[in-house]
Amino acid sequence: MALRFDVLARFNRARAAKMTLPHFVCETPLFMPVGTQGTIKGLTTSQLEEIGCQIILGNTYHLALRPTSELIDELGGLHKFMNWPRALLTDSGGFQMVSLLHLADITENGVTFQSPVDGSPMLLTPEESIQIQNKIGADIIMALDDVVKTTTTGPRIGEAMYRTIRWIDRCIAAHQRPDEQNLFAIVQGGLDPVLRDICVKALTKRNLPGYAIGGLAGGEDKDSFWRVVAQCTAALPEDKPRYVMGVGYPLDIVVCSALGADMYDCVYPTRTARFGSALTPEGVLKLRHKAMAEDTRPVDPTCACMVCRTYSRAYIHSLVTKDAMGSQLLSYHNLYYMLQLSRDLHYSIIQGRFPEFVCDFLKKMFPNGDVPKWVCNAMEVAEIDIGAC
Amino acid sequence: MTLAFPVAMKFAVKTWSNGKARAGQLQLGSCPSPMETPALLLSTRKGLPLFISPDLLPDLPYPDSALLHVSPLHFVETMSPNIISKLGGLNQILGLQRHAFAAFPRDSVQCLPEFDSSNKLGASFDTPSGRRLIKPVDYMELICSLKPSLWATLADEVPGWVSDHRNKASVDRTVKWLDDCISQSPANGAVFGAIVGGCDKEQRKRCALEVSKRNISGYWIGGFGFGESMDDRPALLNEVTDHLPGEMPRLISGLGLPEEVLQGVAAGIDLFDSSYIYHLTLGGFALTFPLDVLSFAEEFPEKTMGIDQSKINLKATVYRKDTDPIVEGCVCYTCRNHTRAYINHLLNVHEMLAQILLEIHNTHHYLGFFQAIRSAIKEDKFERFCDMFLQKRRDHLTAAVAVGA
Repeated sequence: MALRFDVLARFNRARAAKMTLPHFVCETPLFMPVGTQGTIKGLTTSQLEEIGCQIILGNTYHLALRPTSELIDELGGLHKFMNWPRALLTDSGGFQMVSLLHLADITENGVTFQSPVDGSPMLLTPEESIQIQNKIGADIIMALDDVVKTTTTGPRIGEAMYRTIRWIDRCIAAHQRPDEQNLFAIVQGGLDPVLRDICVKALTKRNLPGYAIGGLAGGEDKDSFWRVVAQCTAALPEDKPRYVMGVGYPLDIVVCSALGADMYDCVYPTRTARFGSALTPEGVLKLRHKAMAEDTRPVDPTCACMVCRTYSRAYIHSLVTKDAMGSQLLSYHNLYYMLQLSRDLHYSIIQGRFPEFVCDFLKKMFPNGDVPKWVCNAMEVAEIDIGAC
Repeated sequence: MTLAFPVAMKFAVKTWSNGKARAGQLQLGSCPSPMETPALLLSTRKGLPLFISPDLLPDLPYPDSALLHVSPLHFVETMSPNIISKLGGLNQILGLQRHAFAAFPRDSVQCLPEFDSSNKLGASFDTPSGRRLIKPVDYMELICSLKPSLWATLADEVPGWVSDHRNKASVDRTVKWLDDCISQSPANGAVFGAIVGGCDKEQRKRCALEVSKRNISGYWIGGFGFGESMDDRPALLNEVTDHLPGEMPRLISGLGLPEEVLQGVAAGIDLFDSSYIYHLTLGGFALTFPLDVLSFAEEFPEKTMGIDQSKINLKATVYRKDTDPIVEGCVCYTCRNHTRAYINHLLNVHEMLAQILLEIHNTHHYLGFFQAIRSAIKEDKFERFCDMFLQKRRDHLTAAVAVGA
């Protein structure tokens, strides 16, 4: 195994840990920016280091397409190719295929799809996915799972869950670099607690370095969402990282951390930046709005990032959607915000003031006290008293 | 808090060459150290480079990279003069205390003079917010709010092929607007009088003489880079510079390519606004021409044929696996950190990081070219420098043609 996970402090279910990976020693809870095609859109690796990015996620599907995993391997792996000295995580490629490709289909063998290059039929098997990820060389690699939409009902959910278990064994067998790359399994089972439980138990038996909670962040109602996370974090091994895939909004990250999750990824912060929206403690600030043209304040007066220390909302307003620099500056700020949130979660747990942090976070976001019911329910299960907010 | 306008600019010629090229020093209030000329202005949109993130600006050679061009037209419809003033002007808005801004409307990319629509009231430009007629009073309102270190007066630029009547009118208007602008000039900020005249030597001379009568700090030379022939240009440039006081700085827009810059330097021009880097970057090109033109040529005269490539197109598949930096030995951020293969990939997948990395390298390299020009002038080898540089580029083309034949 190429991973060490040391829990340094707890508050009920929440934990702050030190996760040692081949390329970097990380502090969790942490957010991972998505660097789809071997870059975070509009940011350099030195900027990412500066703002405290620990792990970047790369999309296997896109990288296998261009520049191809063979080329990346030949040039020494993705770390070297991108010149990113810290940690990398790659997904299996399955999700992108199903969501991006026309006529992608899942069979017992793998994911069948039409090649986006010439339309010829192709097959991504668990073995192939792991092989590609072995070539790319990330610190953490994800098993190929059979993922269904949370809005799906019926026997398909169970079928996907059982297949995911069969596929993890194929992934494990195909994995050629377990001493350098950590294979994480992904818990499936839709919104069904019985199926989720079966999956957790089966994957735990395989004794992998880490576990992801998959199949969420896809449009399910929030109440169902947190319950699945809560169930999984309660059942998964204590001494291994839990990664909630595709999450997400700052509020969701705070809730999931309270429930005992450690790692997150989402395109949201950088994508919303390209649409001119900034993440702030009060919520989303739309810099495109006319009112911003006369606003001399920084985007977030409480933020210490280069963008907030230097520019006014009025200036950023003049850039957004018109000049590439606007996207760059907002992406920078938004990622800084997410990484600062990660640091705040980690250190508030270490310093024994996690509930105060949560309350403060909720107060800023819901100044009128209108915290959503699902958050209240989740915090109750997490045993965090947010009554004061 | 309103900050004081930057201290007035100071310019002095330090080295006169045998020809008209000169090396000088430009002291701008906001920059701690003086800049050397001939120098390149860096292009910006609303004061920031197109792609180079502000925290990577300090990585460029300094003070070579201290002077930034900004077009006041970039702010039309996006930031009112009111809010610009409130925020304290460009240096404050952009948090760039060690840089100086040179403001003039034309940026050769987005803000282009539309001479057909100009009239006696104002100059017309195509801008990102549509076609605008800019009157001197509106222009000065923007200048006063932006507080640049130096700025050019409003000009009626016309291309060389307009009628004599139109060309003459452009000179008349430009001189009139010069006086209008000066009369509304803020207390600080160096005024550069605009000089036009198209491709008519008489009009060029007339304009230069008129403008040099005014009490200003330098000259902005417009009307070039509109398709006039490169062969005709030196005579026109000389017609302008021959009639300007020698100790005053000359700034020109529209001479972008290295050969054109050399023409300008040879005619006695000190500052250059160029869109060369922009076009290279957008096209996926990276500059690679050797900068040590003189020493290289002197030591290895036979080797000048064929090895010199001025730039490479990083989109080409030949770079897919090339793990070299763009230029071996280049100390820019891009070459220190990334390979041709990586940039090739970024270009293929249309990622913005490609433009960021290319703009950094191209800026760095082009600033190096200007540094080489200055060295040549100081060593009184500028003419030889020009000859060698142009010869190598011709040789390369000849070699390329010979290979293809």
